[in-house]
Amino acid sequence: MSTPYAKLPGWVEYGLVPLINLAVAFIVAGLVVLLVGENPFEAAYHLINGAFGRGEYIGFTLYYATTFIFTGLAVAVAFHCGLFNIGGEGQAYVGGIGVALACLWLDQTMPWYVVFPIAIVGSAFFGALWAFLPGWLQAKRGSHIVITTIMFNFIASSLMVYLLTRVLKPLGSMAPQTRTFAEGGQLPKLDWLLSVFGLNIGTAPFNISFLLALVAAFAVWVLIWRTKLGYEMRTMGHSASAARYAGIRESRITVIAMMISGGLAGMMALNPIMGEQFRMQLDFVQGAGFVGIAVALMGRSHPGGIIPAAILFGVLYQGGAEIAFEMPSISRDMIVIIQGLVILFAGALENMFRPAITRVFAMRGQRAAAVVQTKGA
Amino acid sequence: MDNIAIELRGIDKSFGPVHANKNINLKVRKGTIHGIIGENGAGKSTLMSILYGFYQADSGEIVVDGRPVSIRDPNAAISAGIGMVHQHFMLVENFTVLENVMLGAEDSQILNKGIAKARQELKRLEKEYALEVNPDALIEELPVGLQQRVEILKALYRKADILILDEPTGVLTPAEADHLFRILGQLKAQGKTIILITHKLREIMAITDEVSVMRRGEMVATRTTGETSVEELAELMVGRRVLLRVQKGEGTPGDVKLSVQGLTVKDSRGVTMVDDVSFDVRAGEIVGIAGVAGNGQSELLEAIAGIRKATSGTVLLNGESVDVTGHRDPAALRARGLAHVPEDRHHVGLVLKFEESENAILGYHNDPRYLNGVFLDIDAIRKDAEEKIAKYDIRPPNARLKTANFSGGNQQKIVLAREMERGPDVLIIGQPTRGVDVGAIEFIHKRIIEMRDQGKAVLLVSVELDEIRALSDRILVMFAGRVVGERSPDATEGELGLLMAGVEGRKEAAE
Ligand SMILES: Nc1ncnc2c1ncn2[C@@H]1O[C@H](COP(=O)(O)OP(=O)(O)OP(=O)(O)O)[C@@H](O)[C@H]1O
Ligand SMILES: [Mg+2]
Repeated sequence: MSTPYAKLPGWVEYGLVPLINLAVAFIVAGLVVLLVGENPFEAAYHLINGAFGRGEYIGFTLYYATTFIFTGLAVAVAFHCGLFNIGGEGQAYVGGIGVALACLWLDQTMPWYVVFPIAIVGSAFFGALWAFLPGWLQAKRGSHIVITTIMFNFIASSLMVYLLTRVLKPLGSMAPQTRTFAEGGQLPKLDWLLSVFGLNIGTAPFNISFLLALVAAFAVWVLIWRTKLGYEMRTMGHSASAARYAGIRESRITVIAMMISGGLAGMMALNPIMGEQFRMQLDFVQGAGFVGIAVALMGRSHPGGIIPAAILFGVLYQGGAEIAFEMPSISRDMIVIIQGLVILFAGALENMFRPAITRVFAMRGQRAAAVVQTKGA
Repeated sequence: MDNIAIELRGIDKSFGPVHANKNINLKVRKGTIHGIIGENGAGKSTLMSILYGFYQADSGEIVVDGRPVSIRDPNAAISAGIGMVHQHFMLVENFTVLENVMLGAEDSQILNKGIAKARQELKRLEKEYALEVNPDALIEELPVGLQQRVEILKALYRKADILILDEPTGVLTPAEADHLFRILGQLKAQGKTIILITHKLREIMAITDEVSVMRRGEMVATRTTGETSVEELAELMVGRRVLLRVQKGEGTPGDVKLSVQGLTVKDSRGVTMVDDVSFDVRAGEIVGIAGVAGNGQSELLEAIAGIRKATSGTVLLNGESVDVTGHRDPAALRARGLAHVPEDRHHVGLVLKFEESENAILGYHNDPRYLNGVFLDIDAIRKDAEEKIAKYDIRPPNARLKTANFSGGNQQKIVLAREMERGPDVLIIGQPTRGVDVGAIEFIHKRIIEMRDQGKAVLLVSVELDEIRALSDRILVMFAGRVVGERSPDATEGELGLLMAGVEGRKEAAE
């Protein structure tokens, strides 16, 4: 029996509840650290310091956040249409082809600001292409999108191994990667943005695709809440029978929503390829597609929630690396456990503390009302 | 004092700006059936939800058997002896009756012992209250009337002395409703106390002992049923005199606007739901389809509206053919002048999670009036919604409120406003007043007749025979997927009833 909980004030709903969830996640993570015989406060210090301690660290944190904004938005867009796209990983991977082709073609002759738009279109195109097939199979054949997108992650992985070892690799090279791009294939860093706050970016690869991610977040908001297409997607996501009644063409919208989702995932590839490594390497996505699921979940599929959630995961990645570096007995895997706990509490167990919090607020409300009444009497 | 089962003192509840219950005082005497009536959105369900622990009152007190109790959740309500039969049943579909009744009250971890005991107890309850159901039947295989009985059994099994029923007859056939009232009478005879919410004043008059009236969050009156009348109750509810049967002049039927020929619809299992149905609806005419729920009316409407595939047959809209068997396109039908008020507003006619204004354009979102290119024109959409809210007196008048937070009757008005304000040539309506209060019924009926007088063709499906008779110019009776007879609205209830039961129809068809 689901109890319809009374509505909470906005700052509680979107501020306090996530914070409590987060705090509990960190307490449990702290216990895990304690279990391996380390000091959790020291770990916490390294996490925070590693993520924010210096301009350079902040640059890394935001670099990771950029990636997660793209993949988080990708999951959110599909989710609004009632589709659970867990193929972000593969779509981002294949999206890399678009970036690489644009760079390999133009990097030696054109400046970055010519290459970048072409790479954006390329990445979105290839990402969308990779999402089109599962979308089409779902719409026309009823093949479940969860299954097909998982399969397409594996296919993407094999395809990219093939391309990077046979096709895109320069002759004579042993490494499964493209050649390093010339200047035209390298995005400018956002050092000026950090220096506004008196921070020095150091070696951090924090680059202009962060701004693109913010633009994409705004565009997604407009798409979902301000366009006809978004309206149709939301209708489908909430009620398939109402969508049918309204005459919304379900298969068409399914395919389009998946392609937009895939395009966003594909654009993630810009950040590591043009912003950090200046070449396309094997496995450059590194699980960011899956992190996107957690980010979208935590951000409630709203761009305004996805950006802070992506930054949080940026902190966990960057700060987590710092913990692993400073405290050798805490391995990389431990960091993954901590990230998992955050996902568990902030995403999956999202409603765990809500009833208690609601009760507290209901009681406060009652007391306030009682005071008013006695005054009135 | 002793004979008061439940007393509410100064119950107050607000949802943000909506003051749903204002200082409610109510006494329900033990061993009586106490009716609660009131307009849509008056706060009846909210009050009952507070009593059953779904919501917490902002202030006020609940007294059960002379003792003040704090009801923080449904479990507390159950231990205070309060049971509730929900409007949307809360049963596990693929469990048996027995399993559903036991669920959550298993007594011990080892089920076997409990099951035997529960079966005995269930037998006893069934005998005592004439509540026959097969304890081993699966819920999904039971008709709604029996499912409701299981809900009642569930409450009794938990030793409820006070039973709350919120609009229990909305989904029942007349025969099922009669049976329910016999059960309630039986329960009362055994000393149980019953609180009954309904919009049907006839039911109030027939079985309650006392009736309380709510209006705009306040408890405005309590009457002894024997000393009041339908007219007085209607007036108390709405605050003005209500026409219980709207005035309707002679119609002037014109050209055929909607023509259905040999329409046959099979469901996914291949069972024939609509069987070779043919009829015409003319401009300026209301054709009513009467029938007991489940005789193919729903499928007929859906096939005409283009959301269900027909197996064979033709439909002409404004003289032009509609593809009902192949590619269906509800959006194109709307553009061609067909409007459809679906029977199921919760799952079909509305998206409950949308803002009111977003639902006010559902299906019409392609209209350039609401768009700037590919963008929604939010201002135009909200303004349009506000106009409809004012015209149809939708409460609360807030176009940005989530649709789920409107009361049932107001949700219905949202759908009606959307479909009627468009000025369609053909209007097809399923159950226009299900769960709607008398004042709103009057309003909706007037609007439907107005549509007819403006020369629209109206096809009306309703399980309420009164409604069909009050509105229709011609009545078709459906039974087992077929149209078994046509009558004028002067036909007696008995005559229509026989047709609806399939008794007369067979003879007629044979002739
Ligand atoms: N969870 C909620 N949040 C906000 N408003 C609500 C909520 N539940 C009910 N309301 C509002 O409170 C008022 C009373 O609603 P309630 O459902 O109690 O009416 P009702 O008398 O049962 O009406 P109906 O006869 O249509 O079922 C309505 O204005 C409704 O919109
Ligand atoms: Mg109600």
